[in-house]
Amino acid sequence: MSPPAKDVSRRGFLAALKPQNVALAVAGSTVWAYVTGESRASVPARRPPGARDESAFLASCIKCSQCVEACPYDTLQVATAGDGEAIGVPYFEPRKVPCYMCPDTPCIAACPTDALLPDTPIEEAEMGLAVLVDQENCLAYKGLRCEVCYRACPLIGRAIGLEFRPNERTGKHALFIPVVNSDACTGCGRCEHACVLEEAAIKVLSVEQARGKLGENYRFGWLEDAEISPDFEAPMAAPDLPQWRDGLERVLEQMDDLSGIEEP
Amino acid sequence: MTWFWTHHYLLARRTTQLGVLVLFWLGAHWHLGVLTGNLSSSRVLRTVPLADPYAVLQILATGQVLGSTVLLGAAIVLGFWFVTGGRGFCAWVCPVNPVTDLAAWLRPQLGVRWGVRRGLRVDRSVRYWIMFLALPVSAITGVAAFEWLSPIAMTHRELIYGPGLGLLAVAGIFVLDLFVLRPGWCGSLCPLGAFYSLVGRWSLLRVRFDPERCDHCGDCIRVCPEPQIIRYDEMERSGFIDSGNCLNCARCLEVCPRDAYHFAPRFGGDAVGSPEEGSP
Amino acid sequence: MGQTRREFVKTAVAASVATGIGIPVSAGAREKVAELHKDWKWDKSVCRFCGVGCGIMMATKDGRVVSVKGDPESPVNRGLNCIKGYFNAKIMYGEDRLTKPLLRMKDGRYDKKGRFAPVSWEQAFDVMEAKFKEYYGKHGPSSVAIFGSGQYTIDEGYAAVKFMKAGVRSNNIDPNARHCMASAVAGFIQTFGIDEPPGCYDDIELTDAVVSWGANMAECHPILWSRVTDRKLTHPKTKVVNLTTFGNRTSDIADLEIIFEPQTDLAIMNFIARHMIEKGAIDKKFIDDHCVFATGPTDIGYGLPADHPREQGQKMRGKAGAHWTITFEEFKKALEPYTADYVSKLSKVPKKQLVELADLYSDRKRKIISFWTMGFNQHTRGTWVNEQIYAIHLLGGKMSTPGSGAFSLTGQPSACGTAREVGTFAHRLPSDMVVANAGHRAKSEKLWHLPPKTLNPKVGTHAVKMMRELRSGGVRFFWAQVTNPFQDFANANEWVKAAREGDNFIVVSDAYPTVSAKVADLVLPAAMIYEKWGAYGNAERRTQHWRQQVKAPGEAKADIWQTMEFSKRFKLKEVWGEQPLPGLKAAGFADGKLPDVLPEAKKMGYDPEQTLYDVLFARAEYKKYAWPDPIANGHPNDVAEDAGFFVQKALWAEYREFGLGNGHDLADFDTYHRVRGLRWPVVNGRETQWRFKEGYDPYVKPGKGYDFYGKALKKIPSGSLKGEKTDVSGRAKIFFRPYAEPAESPDKDYDLWLCTGRVLEHWHSGSMTKRVPELNRAVPYAVCWMHPDDAKKRGLARNDEVVLESRRGKVRVRVDTEGRNRPPIGLVFVPWFDENVLINKLTLDATCPISKETDYKKCAVRVRKA
Repeated sequence: MSPPAKDVSRRGFLAALKPQNVALAVAGSTVWAYVTGESRASVPARRPPGARDESAFLASCIKCSQCVEACPYDTLQVATAGDGEAIGVPYFEPRKVPCYMCPDTPCIAACPTDALLPDTPIEEAEMGLAVLVDQENCLAYKGLRCEVCYRACPLIGRAIGLEFRPNERTGKHALFIPVVNSDACTGCGRCEHACVLEEAAIKVLSVEQARGKLGENYRFGWLEDAEISPDFEAPMAAPDLPQWRDGLERVLEQMDDLSGIEEP
Repeated sequence: MTWFWTHHYLLARRTTQLGVLVLFWLGAHWHLGVLTGNLSSSRVLRTVPLADPYAVLQILATGQVLGSTVLLGAAIVLGFWFVTGGRGFCAWVCPVNPVTDLAAWLRPQLGVRWGVRRGLRVDRSVRYWIMFLALPVSAITGVAAFEWLSPIAMTHRELIYGPGLGLLAVAGIFVLDLFVLRPGWCGSLCPLGAFYSLVGRWSLLRVRFDPERCDHCGDCIRVCPEPQIIRYDEMERSGFIDSGNCLNCARCLEVCPRDAYHFAPRFGGDAVGSPEEGSP
Repeated sequence: MGQTRREFVKTAVAASVATGIGIPVSAGAREKVAELHKDWKWDKSVCRFCGVGCGIMMATKDGRVVSVKGDPESPVNRGLNCIKGYFNAKIMYGEDRLTKPLLRMKDGRYDKKGRFAPVSWEQAFDVMEAKFKEYYGKHGPSSVAIFGSGQYTIDEGYAAVKFMKAGVRSNNIDPNARHCMASAVAGFIQTFGIDEPPGCYDDIELTDAVVSWGANMAECHPILWSRVTDRKLTHPKTKVVNLTTFGNRTSDIADLEIIFEPQTDLAIMNFIARHMIEKGAIDKKFIDDHCVFATGPTDIGYGLPADHPREQGQKMRGKAGAHWTITFEEFKKALEPYTADYVSKLSKVPKKQLVELADLYSDRKRKIISFWTMGFNQHTRGTWVNEQIYAIHLLGGKMSTPGSGAFSLTGQPSACGTAREVGTFAHRLPSDMVVANAGHRAKSEKLWHLPPKTLNPKVGTHAVKMMRELRSGGVRFFWAQVTNPFQDFANANEWVKAAREGDNFIVVSDAYPTVSAKVADLVLPAAMIYEKWGAYGNAERRTQHWRQQVKAPGEAKADIWQTMEFSKRFKLKEVWGEQPLPGLKAAGFADGKLPDVLPEAKKMGYDPEQTLYDVLFARAEYKKYAWPDPIANGHPNDVAEDAGFFVQKALWAEYREFGLGNGHDLADFDTYHRVRGLRWPVVNGRETQWRFKEGYDPYVKPGKGYDFYGKALKKIPSGSLKGEKTDVSGRAKIFFRPYAEPAESPDKDYDLWLCTGRVLEHWHSGSMTKRVPELNRAVPYAVCWMHPDDAKKRGLARNDEVVLESRRGKVRVRVDTEGRNRPPIGLVFVPWFDENVLINKLTLDATCPISKETDYKKCAVRVRKA
């Protein structure tokens, strides 16, 4: 057995580890990372059920399209270059074909990488979140008996409910206002698909786009009473001294600053 | 007959390349379950998982925990190419290969010398840089960095699911290979090929070389997509083309007028497709 | 136009937002919108769909309807619409509108086994005439039939009745309203002696409780439900109850949802009556002054063919409608078995709910309305349940009083206006008159200028019988107008087979290729609602007229034109001579035949060579109604153009004569074009909100308080069927009706109830709404709603395709275990709008033996995975 021949290209590669080459590689990688990061920052799309949160999903999806092929309703599509979506990643457009929420989620079963988390019950999927984005054109807001989105909702009464208000204009009718409950909404898009307007007034947005976030500094007392009610039996804890001192020092510093009081 | 004999491996390669595509296409459109998915990951007969190990490596670099299915699939693929020679993927499966082959064939026919005349050249080692750098870039950006833009995957997907702008990428590679660079995409840039060259570095299946038949005519070097790996002096010593970059494409076997090449296991043993059996 | 699309959108949005939240719109914005729409012509009209009768305004431009808006002046809807009404502008523009007559042909000739080919109207009428006369000549007037509609305009329904009853002397005209309102009609006639609700929609704004019985008002009467909801929101005392056999959207605002076992509504109502008496919650004075107690036979069958096992031993099948007076004590005694325990067990309704409901009716201080539709009417005891709800309201004195009353809602836009008021039924004549009554015939003959005894005294074939006779060969010429019978009739497989394989001729007039059109031998392209003048009458007796807005496409023609044109094919001598009529037995008539009235006709100045068109439609006095007429205000009238006079106005004037002074007074034609509809009786230019109540109803004399003045069935036996006749004029009847088993119940082979009905997005058989792309997308196909446990038990999951089958047929349909309808265990619900899920192949053609209305709500089915 003869000794293995030295691979020319590998030898070239090692020889190439010169400082200017390394610098070039670093520069190149920076550009590469920048371009990739920029294209990632585009509007996140409606994802298949069970998708991990958007950044983890984009990272872990291997773009094999097996979920797309498993979908019996042709809901899922593969993004190609020019679609404005991350290329090769599955997404869907509810206005074209919504998700019909198969109880056995064949798309999830097909995913080899667990980018779609296995055993996600379809009713707990967060493909997106329906938002009644255009209240100005929504027929229900005008008092028409539409609410097609409400009745199209596969989780009617849970994901979309109705809020009844008197119609002040007619004085004898009511408004049947569709209201989305984000806890239950799976983002399946049956509502957006069914909306009878030429452009849907209710749209499924990605959860990131759709959701606001309440500051930690406030809670709705009537909603989360049990969670944050003070325990009246327990003694009030005294504030921590060092923190208080910290605070005091800052206050004293501020006391010295008379710039707002003195005449300029 | 002679033409056929000097091209039968080429035809076989085109057949497998097309066959893989067709099977994926049938899986996607007719729900034929022989191959479902695509080259990034798939299932054979809806059960045996396959996955692109380089893509999996990039995903792992992002810090994601992956499902066992895809890891198993990557291991199977890795094992297969480890044994049969990693860059066999390039010669026998990759959909970009026919494109770059076409460019390489056309180049002398058309006498294109635009890039060469201007000294445009990228070192064959660059692909290794790209291959390795994809891992830190994946870690930084949080997505599999090469897969994000891979023209191979794009071309492949668009051939299966319908054309999109991704086909521009493959057109770009064609133009690059035809007019600008030699070696082009496969030879100097493609990180997937670089990855598979490492996988197949010690593969079992090799092209063996019979120094006694060789008259150093150089036909093999002219036809080889990685000509730097054919070095008579080294092959005379080792008895085979000992490089991870050998595609096992068998072009050398076909064109050698003296049948100096044949497939055989790395460690001795009988020749596969030995010249005695089938010489014209 | 000088305004970009973007500018327009901005202006329009500004205008709509501003009106929504009370921000004044700039004059500039208003002008811009007006400028943009300056070539749109707006006119008043009415919604094509349900019985609520919303007013709309319709814009036309270049001969096309371009837009619709709810009429803000309409008292019904104040500018609002439901999602069907929203698409009125699009219903006429489906890609597959029929524009030419189509005839089954082979080798250039009519052939029942041939394929459809376009023909001229002339050819179509030639074949139609030949087939009509072939059967008419051989078998007489009982062999021909028209199946009409509660969606007929008043004038075309009137023309069809006149053609059939006065022209060809056949009473075989019956509307699809038979499937819809017949039980309500029978209930009204038996209880009050006159048809249609005493109250009106204004009750809603005055009431303290709304009880919906077998009516998914939230989906099927959307705008009325909007009013109920508003009442509930703005009047905190209001209670809403939903009684139903499956959970539905009407429960959304209900204080109490009561899901009962199908058919046990009969028992529940008896419990309520019993409870009211027990609690002393009845209005003794009201009952004494204005009511009488009554009951009738119980072994009346199920309206199935006589040889059906269900009909055996049912001795009073032939006299199902007979009834007699009883005493209050007898009434009370009859209710005795209907205790809370018994009824709770039977109906599977918790006792607590039953009592809560009964207490609501027993609250003397509470005004209460009961609404119902098909849950009551489509019922093998439909007449009984209608009567029972009146009984409850009459016991409490809560009838015909603002804010209180039992209110029968209609399903179709003119079930009241046309089918009932015009009388397009096999037994009726206009204005609540009936063919079996010699006086009524005489009055009609006078108003129609007919020789005495022209009108046929024998009740014709009602809808279900029409189909059965199509099968048996009794009916051989069948013409469907403005309806889709082969999708609508229960047990559809039978009738499709009868139509395709029998020796008969099926004509279908329609705008689209419906299931019925496909079953027909001749298809006549019909003009749609806004392509002709017309009038509808809604559920609260509101008559609403509209003008023709646009021309019908191609050769499509109004139904009234088709009827009149066909009448030109008949000479008096062909129809007014002696005619065989098997089974005829009537005072003044020879058995088995209609007399020759030609000699009398000659005396009246008619010539036997004249056509029916001349005598029925083109009368000299009609021609006084000239076309054009200023009331048209520039709108076209294709029918009048063809006839040379204002046909609709002339017919209206004649039709109006029937009702004047008869409790059915209507205003004159032009008046209706100046108002947003009027509720009859319209006396001295004033409409009537509450009938039978002093101060509101001009027919009730001062001092009477209430007067149930309806004239029908007021002389009835007392004590028993054979008892002495007693006159109960001026009184309403409080009926006792017992519980009776359904015609078919689930068993071990067919283990589920099937209930059919509607969804908000689609109208009836879907022929119009399925052609509005947006509505079709909103609800593209019918599904089978089923309880999740029932699905699980059968290994079914949501969206699975299943085969649903009964003893009569099967369909493939997808399962839904959630969504808008929530059936209890043991019941499935399938809407009937989808021609690809022809659910009426499964339903049973059992009817209420009194009203002859089919029970579409109960039959036994089973389901298996497809």
